[in-house]
Amino acid sequence: MNCVTCIDYIIIGVMILSAVFAVEWRDLLAAAVGMAAVSLFASILFLILQAPDVAMTEAAIGAALSGAILIFAIKRTQRFETEEEERPGWWIRW
Amino acid sequence: MVSVLKRSLAIITLLIIGYWLAQGLAGVPFGQDKMLVGHYYLDHVKEQTGAVNAVTAIVVNYRGFDTLGEVTVLFIASTGVGALLWERKKRRTAKTEGSIVLTTGTRLLVPFVMLFGAYIFIHGHLTPGGGFPGGATIATAFLLLYMAFTMYEIPHKAFEKTEGLVGMGYVIVGLIGLAIGGYFLFDWIWQTWGWGHDNIGRLFSGGFIPIIYILIGLKVGTELSGIIDNMLKEGVKE
Amino acid sequence: MSVPNISAFYFGAISLILIGLYAVLVKKNILKMLIGLSIMETGVNLLLISIGYISGKSAPILSEGIEPNQAVDPIPQALVLTAIVIGVATTAMTLSAAIVLYKHYGTLNVEEIRRLRG
Repeated sequence: MNCVTCIDYIIIGVMILSAVFAVEWRDLLAAAVGMAAVSLFASILFLILQAPDVAMTEAAIGAALSGAILIFAIKRTQRFETEEEERPGWWIRW
Repeated sequence: MVSVLKRSLAIITLLIIGYWLAQGLAGVPFGQDKMLVGHYYLDHVKEQTGAVNAVTAIVVNYRGFDTLGEVTVLFIASTGVGALLWERKKRRTAKTEGSIVLTTGTRLLVPFVMLFGAYIFIHGHLTPGGGFPGGATIATAFLLLYMAFTMYEIPHKAFEKTEGLVGMGYVIVGLIGLAIGGYFLFDWIWQTWGWGHDNIGRLFSGGFIPIIYILIGLKVGTELSGIIDNMLKEGVKE
Repeated sequence: MSVPNISAFYFGAISLILIGLYAVLVKKNILKMLIGLSIMETGVNLLLISIGYISGKSAPILSEGIEPNQAVDPIPQALVLTAIVIGVATTAMTLSAAIVLYKHYGTLNVEEIRRLRG
């Protein structure tokens, strides 16, 4: 495997990792930032897949506006996900 | 215990769905030519619409009615945000002014961000971009203003009027096409008047694509700014 | 049962869809479920764009030097371009519905909301 295509695999890996973090973090503010990171890496992938129009739209909307709107909603509600009654397993207790 | 059971049940379901999706997609080879109607669009885009960017030509010209529907959905969603968060009296609740870096940077950058947005939607038929990303960029400039200054508000009256006029302008352009060419959103500037046939690839070409994209850019920019304004302001008791 | 041989881009898109679906199924916080929906939407967009990609060809902007048979499929890009903008507007609308729910019930937990109602 030559390392010209390595960058695709690295970006896809980081994107999936930030999606997992965005879902599992109990702090919703951090989860919003994780969601914006997913959008940003997806925008780089759109550029690699020869879709510059979609990459520009995703970078302007997914990474800036959608995160900002989510943060406004968090500001008007509450920041932390409430603890569940059952203790979660060791693999997700952050 | 119930939670663990539920979580593992969900993971098993997701693995089954994922295996099924991957099985289906294994029959769709990656990176091979699977175009059917795309070939027609790519071959005829220059002489039929005058645009260099094929994506823009499809969004505005070949599927213009579809885009009108999308703009309508955007309008309904923006109205829905306004209706759900309606209060008799609304006010900004931020107490601290932005830091000196943020305010100075905003004063310097906002005109250039707006200029860049306008550039994107005016040159939509030549370069990547178009009305949707250009409008989003302009909304980002208003977001920056809201973040930096506690007392800033968008000019509501002007924005509402712009929104209505621009939406009406899209329908009027389509109706002129109906009167001249026989169907809604007929490209009258390019096909009947024949303007700009000799400078494809420069700014004054592309029929009505620049006009409609300017309208869409203004519409998307004002509506996303209105959504930001509605979500940021909170109701106050008398 | 053999492992299907698919491209890395398909794998990334399917993973995003499944992670978002997991959040919608398991999580109890409304905002977390909406984050999951948003991630799912990104995954679907990535899947559409990667189906339209043709290896070795360039973006569908036919400026000088690019022939029509050297460009990728423009139709999925046109679909996704509008879908992203509509997506953020509908996300804003669901978020404002969540704000109204919080104002009414004082919680974001869907089970609590169900319990208080019935």
